[in-house]
Amino acid sequence: MVQGELLATPLASRHVALGARMVEFAGWSMPVQYAGILEEHRAVRTRAGLFDLSHMGELFVEGTDAARGLGYALVGEPATLKIGRAHYSMICFPEGGILDDLIVYRLAEDRFMVVANASNSAAVSDALAERLRAFSVVLDDRSLATALVAIQGPLSLAVLAPLTDVAIADLRYYAIAEGHVAGVPALVARTGYTGEDGFEVFVDVASAGGVWDALMEAGRSVGVVPVGLGARDTLRLEAGMPLYGNELGADTTPYEAGLGRVVKLGKEGDFVGKAALEKAEADGPHKKLVGLVLRGRGIARHGYPVFAGDRRTGVVTSGTLSPTLGEPIAMAYVAPSDAGPGTIVEVGIRDQRVPAEVVVLPFYRRAT
Amino acid sequence: MAQDLRYTKEHEWVRVEGDLAIVGITDYAAEQLGDIVFVELPEVGRSLAQSGSVGVIESVKAVSDLFAPVSGEVVETNSELASSPELVNGDPFGKGWMLRIRIADRSQLDGLLDQAAYEELTREA
Repeated sequence: MVQGELLATPLASRHVALGARMVEFAGWSMPVQYAGILEEHRAVRTRAGLFDLSHMGELFVEGTDAARGLGYALVGEPATLKIGRAHYSMICFPEGGILDDLIVYRLAEDRFMVVANASNSAAVSDALAERLRAFSVVLDDRSLATALVAIQGPLSLAVLAPLTDVAIADLRYYAIAEGHVAGVPALVARTGYTGEDGFEVFVDVASAGGVWDALMEAGRSVGVVPVGLGARDTLRLEAGMPLYGNELGADTTPYEAGLGRVVKLGKEGDFVGKAALEKAEADGPHKKLVGLVLRGRGIARHGYPVFAGDRRTGVVTSGTLSPTLGEPIAMAYVAPSDAGPGTIVEVGIRDQRVPAEVVVLPFYRRAT
Repeated sequence: MAQDLRYTKEHEWVRVEGDLAIVGITDYAAEQLGDIVFVELPEVGRSLAQSGSVGVIESVKAVSDLFAPVSGEVVETNSELASSPELVNGDPFGKGWMLRIRIADRSQLDGLLDQAAYEELTREA
């Protein structure tokens, strides 16, 4: 349902011209698919795909206290990041639940870019403004001024390299560099949400059309296609990557999500959520995120119950038919006692119970 | 979309052949669902009540019910859809058919939408 005005990315007219079906997502009008989810998914796994992710939030934090301030606001330790590197992080509530998952890029000694989910961008911006108040930093929410175009898939490097002066062949995974793409100033990061090699290109909204067109043109002869949010979801699910609102939320701690590694309890000073997260770590998780492969017919969807014998052990958070594996896969929270790989549980799919095996995530790992 | 078909508001189509109704989902429904990966159909011999949920259509993105457009007994289901559910996307009015029902009450056919009414419905959506 559409209520009020939706935000449009600078590439909206291009999506429509490409035959995209547009849907509401986090207050934005976004392409969910062009040629079809399966075709787009396979293109990213075998060639490359182009994504408009301009709905995501870009929050710049600058000043002499930038590293220290973000260390207080987030669960990670940005002070340890080298310039030009990034890490996966989270911002938690004081009670320990997850407010959002983030990528934190260190652009300079005193300058960071925090990339937040579109659905949480405003809440993250507000929380950072409040948490950074006592620090000597400037928070610049450039979410609406910044466009993000991602190219993901094995051909990404070959397609992007001729269009940029950034030495992207040497850019490491989770690294970022400033330069130009298609002649306009850009930040180029080797990050993504698909399980493939790829790059994320941050530019001013006014430059987004030119960058998109240049990548489409450069990729056309090798089969690069535009990819919508539908395939983005199946790609990240195969790669075992969590999605806020499905696997992550205010009622979940990083430990339960299997992401305790991003919480740096030993870092210097206090941080928001520290006491609650120390307790959560000491107590151990009440639930654990697992991968499931269904051993019967049907597809497990978000919200379906998971049973261990007669006992309800948890709930499915995401599920689909894996386009790459050809099997129904899902992520679910289950009781820690049922979380061991090889455990057989059952997913309640309508009036049936379909057996499923707990497996180690990710479902898909690219050959390197 | 063909002139001899009748439609439901839930986007099933019906083609009447003698005392049988052949049932599938429309191109509009298939397009909305996206890539269909799994179709669950009722057992042959099962007696269906009009408007009852009789099957499930799963796409990569979503799950949707299949409703019986008319009451009657299932005499055949499209067994090809078990291994090739994508036929529903590729040829929704042909190879993507789902059920053959022996019509129990022909008067129910009069309550279904004709093509003009169905097109009106999808235009509003």
